[in-house]
Amino acid sequence: MISLQDLPIPENLVYVIASVFGLLTFSTLLVALMRRGKADEVHKELWLRVKSWWYMAGIFTFAIAINRTLSVIFLALLSFLALKEYLSMIPTRRADHRVLFWAYLAIPIQFYWVYAGWYGMFIIFIPVWVFLFLPFRMVLLGETQGFLRAIGTLSWGLMMTVFALSHAAYLLVLPESALVELAPATAIRQFDKSGAGLLFLLMVLTQFNDVAQYVWGKMIGGPKIIPKVSPGKTWAGFLGGMLSTSLLALVLGPLLSPMSLMMAGIGGAIIALAGFIGDVTISAIKRDLGVKDTGSTIPGHGGLLDRLDSLTYTAPVFFHYIRYFYY
Amino acid sequence: MINQLLRALFILLIVRPLVLLAMGLNIRRRELLPVQGPAVIVANHNSHLDTLVILSLFPLKLLPKVRPVAAADYFLKNPLLAWFALNIIGIIPVQRATRGGNPLASSFDALQRGEILIIFPEGSRGNPEELTRFKKGVALISKKFPAVPISPLFLHGLGKALPRGEAVFVPFFCDAFVGAPRYWSGETESFIQDLEQQMSELATEGRFPVWE
Repeated sequence: MISLQDLPIPENLVYVIASVFGLLTFSTLLVALMRRGKADEVHKELWLRVKSWWYMAGIFTFAIAINRTLSVIFLALLSFLALKEYLSMIPTRRADHRVLFWAYLAIPIQFYWVYAGWYGMFIIFIPVWVFLFLPFRMVLLGETQGFLRAIGTLSWGLMMTVFALSHAAYLLVLPESALVELAPATAIRQFDKSGAGLLFLLMVLTQFNDVAQYVWGKMIGGPKIIPKVSPGKTWAGFLGGMLSTSLLALVLGPLLSPMSLMMAGIGGAIIALAGFIGDVTISAIKRDLGVKDTGSTIPGHGGLLDRLDSLTYTAPVFFHYIRYFYY
Repeated sequence: MINQLLRALFILLIVRPLVLLAMGLNIRRRELLPVQGPAVIVANHNSHLDTLVILSLFPLKLLPKVRPVAAADYFLKNPLLAWFALNIIGIIPVQRATRGGNPLASSFDALQRGEILIIFPEGSRGNPEELTRFKKGVALISKKFPAVPISPLFLHGLGKALPRGEAVFVPFFCDAFVGAPRYWSGETESFIQDLEQQMSELATEGRFPVWE
């Protein structure tokens, strides 16, 4: 019989993960009940979405629960898939074939800095070195037609899908002892095992906020925030989501992170705001390109970027919030 | 036997991970692909990756039957490539410049054995992501085997991932749109035209970003 102490993740996280799967079970039963005795098309999209949540939660839990190396590799893979989706979606130049190859190469390097815990390099590699190198490589090709658009879209894509998302991974390697020193008395005594709890907290709050904003928006409706970009986003949804996410953060924050009750509440609100911005930013890109979804990887959700859109903003913002105050 | 095993392992361990992870496949109407031979898949040709993607679409059980028809002058020019093309990719070599005899004879034999042929009627990879006129071979095959279904398959993205003349692979999503199978119509010229028309229609299904 193995005890919870033997698991590679902190005990608290085990309970939180169990609750997430409990919630998922509840939602699945709810949707199944709504569909009972009806034609297959009724709420089909919702059903696909719930099914996909099981896969995503399952894969993610597996990836963070085994060990830190696997978690970093998993997040690097996520970045890779996101960049691939982005580059497949936007106009690119045939001449830039090799430049794109170099852009992809930035992913393993960036996540190596994460793995090694080399913060100084992690934080400048893409915004400085890759940012300076790619246009240089592009210039060597000698193709000036569409140069600005090509380098602009590539640099922005790398910042969003690789640099921003890699902040989620860096939560895993934040110095362990800081947590124990700052909050020795709280329930996070098990936290020293890894930063998996912080990463899980970010993911759960971000995804919960997406769902909460959607549900509140559907239930109340009302005036829209930016109808030209995202017609579904209402003030009611945004504020309802922010309230729900902050409440959830009040419960989970002190359990999984060194945050006090107040800081956790503020953290939740910050995630809600950043998540909203990330969501509408990707929406604007989709509008510009004239596509409905960024891809078709996740049934019921669309592409990977349709799911990771909020995370491109919440990951760096939450990371710097918690790093500034606690590490 | 050992070659069949190597071929299955190559598809399972190298091609499928490459197609699913390094590229990513967005396939529409997969159910229209033939589930048994004899049959013919007609695809547009942009990249060496085309053949690999098509091979990855079939279940391993069916794999020994799936045979790409490919140019002998290109793939049999050196012994190592020839071994790989013949045994691992499983090509049916066809002489592009005929020196007497029917260049399609080996394709006819394969259909007689109940195999599934992959044909690129554009004849060459050409400029990536551009459709060109079809050659007549596929009509001659259909004429001889009027009961064999000819399934068009439109591929996009592979020419971006590995265009002709590039040695470096760059990941891009790949779209594969399967069209309804068609049969011999009775006339070569119109058969080819209809097939080209169907392929162009499949191409318009996708919303592809500019790439030039």
